[in-house]
Amino acid sequence: MIKALKALVGKDLSLFFSDRRAVALSFAAPIVIAAFFGFLFAGNSSDRGKIAVRVADLDHSAVSRSITEALARDPNLDVKPAATAAQARELVRKGKAAAAVVFPEHFGRDAVDAFFRQQNKPALTLLEDPSHSAEAGMLGGILTEHVMQVVSKEAFTGAVGMQSVRRSLGEVENNKAMAPSDKKDLTAILQGVLNLNERDAEAGDSGQAIRGGIGVPYVTKAEAVTARKGVAYNSYSHSFGGMALQFILMAAIEFGMAILLERRMGIWKRLLAAPLRRSTLLMARGVSGAVISLCIFLVCMGFGMVVFGIRIQGSWAGFLLLAVAYSLMASAFGLFLAALGRTPEATRGLAVFAVLILVMLGGAWVPAFVFPAWLQKATLLLPTRWAMDALDAVTWRGLGIASALPAVAIVLAFTLLFSLVAIWKFPAEES
Amino acid sequence: MDLVLDAQHLVKSYGDLKAVEDVSLRLDAGEIVGLLGPNGAGKTTTVSMIAGLIAPDSGDVSLMGRPASSNGEVKRALGLVPQDLALYDGLTAEANLRLFGSLYGLGGSRLKKAVAEGLEFVGLSERASSRVKTFSGGMKRRLNLAAGLLHDPSILLLDEPTVGVDPQSRNAIFDMLEVLRSQGKAILYTTHYMEEAERLCSRIVIVDRGRVLAEGTTRELAAGLPQPRRLAVEVRGPDGEDGAWLDGVRALPGFSEVSFKSGNLAATVEDLASGASALLAFLDAHGLEVSGLQTERPDLETIFLALTGRGLRDDG
Repeated sequence: MIKALKALVGKDLSLFFSDRRAVALSFAAPIVIAAFFGFLFAGNSSDRGKIAVRVADLDHSAVSRSITEALARDPNLDVKPAATAAQARELVRKGKAAAAVVFPEHFGRDAVDAFFRQQNKPALTLLEDPSHSAEAGMLGGILTEHVMQVVSKEAFTGAVGMQSVRRSLGEVENNKAMAPSDKKDLTAILQGVLNLNERDAEAGDSGQAIRGGIGVPYVTKAEAVTARKGVAYNSYSHSFGGMALQFILMAAIEFGMAILLERRMGIWKRLLAAPLRRSTLLMARGVSGAVISLCIFLVCMGFGMVVFGIRIQGSWAGFLLLAVAYSLMASAFGLFLAALGRTPEATRGLAVFAVLILVMLGGAWVPAFVFPAWLQKATLLLPTRWAMDALDAVTWRGLGIASALPAVAIVLAFTLLFSLVAIWKFPAEES
Repeated sequence: MDLVLDAQHLVKSYGDLKAVEDVSLRLDAGEIVGLLGPNGAGKTTTVSMIAGLIAPDSGDVSLMGRPASSNGEVKRALGLVPQDLALYDGLTAEANLRLFGSLYGLGGSRLKKAVAEGLEFVGLSERASSRVKTFSGGMKRRLNLAAGLLHDPSILLLDEPTVGVDPQSRNAIFDMLEVLRSQGKAILYTTHYMEEAERLCSRIVIVDRGRVLAEGTTRELAAGLPQPRRLAVEVRGPDGEDGAWLDGVRALPGFSEVSFKSGNLAATVEDLASGASALLAFLDAHGLEVSGLQTERPDLETIFLALTGRGLRDDG
């Protein structure tokens, strides 16, 4: 039996590697697509796209101009003017800008007034493209910081601020309802601001009072949590892992198709006429499929390592265990398809759909954490989700073999399931 | 003769469809038996049951005196040449044969020798390293045959092995089968080409609609037919295509369908011997000289038509 098994496995490998076009496609396709996805999700790229923002300044005040200039200096934004609010809205609607900011008339004056009195706050309109909600959220944060800085600076040092403080002093003085002690303290605060403002105006450019305005009282220090400190996140790790998982399953479809075609061509009859068990023939196909799958996996990841610097930051043993388990599962999946498929034509369409669902929901295209919470839970039923998470764990997350073992167990369980169904359902007779 | 294959009362149904209702056949060493029938007659299903690819609903198959279902070892006595070209197009001729030889436990020098002999036997030694996809239809057919012979089986099951090949390759295959017969191999030859069966087979089993209709040599099959025989006589003397003498022939007992054209008299007689004798006496009495006499033996097509009421190439 071993002799026959070796011959059958050798035959499958010879056939696979003799078709140069198919081999090139099997190895090159995942590499090309993985490189594209890796480039797309590269978090440390200096050439990544800026958020396109349009600003419609209907105020034309020093405040609105200063905010616009501050936005334009931000490295994350690509700021361009819009003549009117309607034009800004149209540009967002057409997808020319991810978001737009509209400063209403008297925004500067009203904002400075509202700074002291918290009344009649002017409405700053933020128009956002719903398909770019993340970018719009980021713009909102940046905008808040710049508005706060410019308005507070104006309130303490600018002409509009002095006028506002004087108006506020008058209102406090004329307020009969205010307690005398409160009136005294509030007047002292406002008078202090006014004095500061006047001295600053006299000093001109040499004034140092609140030259920069009031900003957020902290700075954010962002740090990517990778395998270790100093190890940068490599977006190609996920994309190459994901594409390897996908294209192994794609190859598995071909394994299944090959059996169906062999049956159609009558070759299966010749094989079954030999003194071999049906299970031996299926096992041989399973072994050869797993070997080819493993080759695709290793070549794809190897290319990523050499060209894009992917590193197994965690467990090599976990990585290899997972690779072997997943290759076995893919091969069993091919047999499963062959057992259930009646014709190559009918099976191919269904199989391609099944594979795309498996890899998409498994997080091979984009990480599963971007899914809604319910979907993240639901996809735990898929072996691809476990494999992808474990692959991330042992590569860029730098986790140990323990992080891969549950996935290996789940993937092997699916291997067993697919194999049993394949043996059970594969036609016992060649009619 | 040694009985090497004995199939008794094979039955196989697929739902309501009875593919094989009752087929029995025997095969001795050194003989070629033809399994003849139209498409859909149950030939391939019968062969598949003998080869163990299909389990019969009932009936028994024994190979070399042992039940075919006893164990896989019995299968080593059997070489199957399927109707389809069961070869891997992407592999070379040699690689194909190596694979199929390995399935029967051959290895090392035995396998190498068997592959070389197989290629030589079918005249493909020079193309051993060529991929099968570069072969002509006839070459593929020959390789298909070689793949069934590698393990030196005692019994060969050939399921329409000449479908789609040119006359030259067909004759080459026939010659190979003659050699195999002379080596003592028993061959079950499935075909719907009557001329192939007539040329190759010492016995013929005619099947239709899953049943054996008749079995025997061509002569035996013809002898068993109740239908009348045809006589053809070359007559010298009379002119034209009619005459009083011809009415006399028509009036002879047991004669029918009498015609005369260009000196050839043809008639159907109920009994060949007495009819020929009566006709010769009649012609002599009328001064007509006979220059030749032939009997038209019914061919397989005629036999099949008589047995089934339809032609061999009609679909069942």
